[in-house]
Amino acid sequence: MSIKGKAYVMGAFEHPTRHAPDKSTPQLHAECLRGALADAGLTKDDVDGYFCAGDAPGFGAISMADYLGLDKLRHVDSTETGGSSYILHVGHAAQAIAAGKCSVALITLAGKPRTSPPGGGPRGSSGFAAAPEAAFEMPYGGTTHNQYAMCAMRHCHEFGTTSEQLAWIKVAASHHAQYNPNAFLRNVVTVEEVLASPMIATPLHRLDCCVVTDGGGALIVTSPEIAKSLKRPRVKVIGAGEAPKGVHGGKIDLTFSGAAWSGPKAFAEAGVAPSDIKYASIYDSFTITVLMQLEDLGFCRKGEGGKFVADGNLISGVGKLPFNTDGGGLCNNHPTNRGGITKVIEAVRQLRGEAHPKVQVKNCDLAIAQGTGGSLGTRHGSATVILERE
Amino acid sequence: MSDPQAARKLAAPPVNPETERFWKAAEAGTLLYGFCLACGEPHYFPRSFCPFCFSDRVEWRAAGGAAKVYSFSVMHKSPSGPYAIAYVELAEGPRVLTNLVDCAFDTIAIGARTKLVWKPSEGGPPVPFFTLD
Repeated sequence: MSIKGKAYVMGAFEHPTRHAPDKSTPQLHAECLRGALADAGLTKDDVDGYFCAGDAPGFGAISMADYLGLDKLRHVDSTETGGSSYILHVGHAAQAIAAGKCSVALITLAGKPRTSPPGGGPRGSSGFAAAPEAAFEMPYGGTTHNQYAMCAMRHCHEFGTTSEQLAWIKVAASHHAQYNPNAFLRNVVTVEEVLASPMIATPLHRLDCCVVTDGGGALIVTSPEIAKSLKRPRVKVIGAGEAPKGVHGGKIDLTFSGAAWSGPKAFAEAGVAPSDIKYASIYDSFTITVLMQLEDLGFCRKGEGGKFVADGNLISGVGKLPFNTDGGGLCNNHPTNRGGITKVIEAVRQLRGEAHPKVQVKNCDLAIAQGTGGSLGTRHGSATVILERE
Repeated sequence: MSDPQAARKLAAPPVNPETERFWKAAEAGTLLYGFCLACGEPHYFPRSFCPFCFSDRVEWRAAGGAAKVYSFSVMHKSPSGPYAIAYVELAEGPRVLTNLVDCAFDTIAIGARTKLVWKPSEGGPPVPFFTLD
């Protein structure tokens, strides 16, 4: 069964905060729910499906549903694929709606890594210590920074990708962020400034890395019948794909991501090609994350990502593929160290024509939201969603 | 900056019934990897079955200790000082996550030859690392 046309993203809300020491994490989830409901024109009691991931505190979906007072639920899904979870949840929500399991699906994310850094990951340190790979990886000081950096190092080695080319990704994001009043970093930066920023993990500089922000977001995905009853522009889900990728018993290839598998599935379901896409939200935990996913999705050939992103090609109104027009995780927001939900939210803004006028893509009728959660350097979950303005 | 391990204390790796054999061999200075007798593929870290064909006819074999750098990164965002994370490709085939230790970071390169060294953990078995050869 295809999900094409079976569900619509009718509510999208990005919490304006980037630092929230005075709020609890569940409270941020609640405020995001309130914002998404208001955006869609629905009430809490319309929600009959709930989706959340590892950032939901306590007993996950069950604690949160109880706290939020979601009394009408008949479908819950707390699939955890790191920062890509919320892109994956759009696909899962569409499946559940298509199967008649729910008609108004809520997706929430929130957290406070700027106020207090998380300890031991989403499931707590005890969960990771019991992972089968723990003893063979934990001694080596792996972090997202140096694991993604190893991807960049190998990509540069195999394909001649340069730090200057990677820097262009941050430069493009910063051009967009200048127009976003809520963006954590609003200053436009140059390639030279990226290269002059402190080295974090060779070859990645500080400005190759995303921001650390408190905050959150929420999405409402509905059935076609409910979508037609609402006043908001209709954003149709036409394709979704997901794929985990790992170390593969020691055959790991650091030059590609799971987007190479989730992307083609989503494009095939949607019946469109990369060249049809008008706007792309691409998860940008680091600059290299964007470059690899663009290649893997087929926007350019493997190894040619460096040339593709250079010279402003990702800047809206300048280049061929406007990306992350909210400023992305590199400049705007990376709430609770998970950038998936903001990728969908900005895609929805673009398709509605509600992005900032300076970055709004003309006639934006087809968009992609792509994320990878976990680590490209070890194991991660990739999720792709293709959205169309109706 | 040539001895990043000196400043970093190594916690004892969590050992479970499946991997106990690996860490016993480590005590004796032997690095084990998995080799599948059914499909002939090596794998790392070793486990009780083959992750490629799912056969349980798996032998845990001793690696010779020679490897080449597949990729690496020198981590500067570290309170205990810089260190080099890496994947090295064993002569036997599998790529292994490790640190490159006891060497100058500016001499590390993809393709460089490395060899196995062991470092003690706190109250646990020694842990395999690699150094430039």
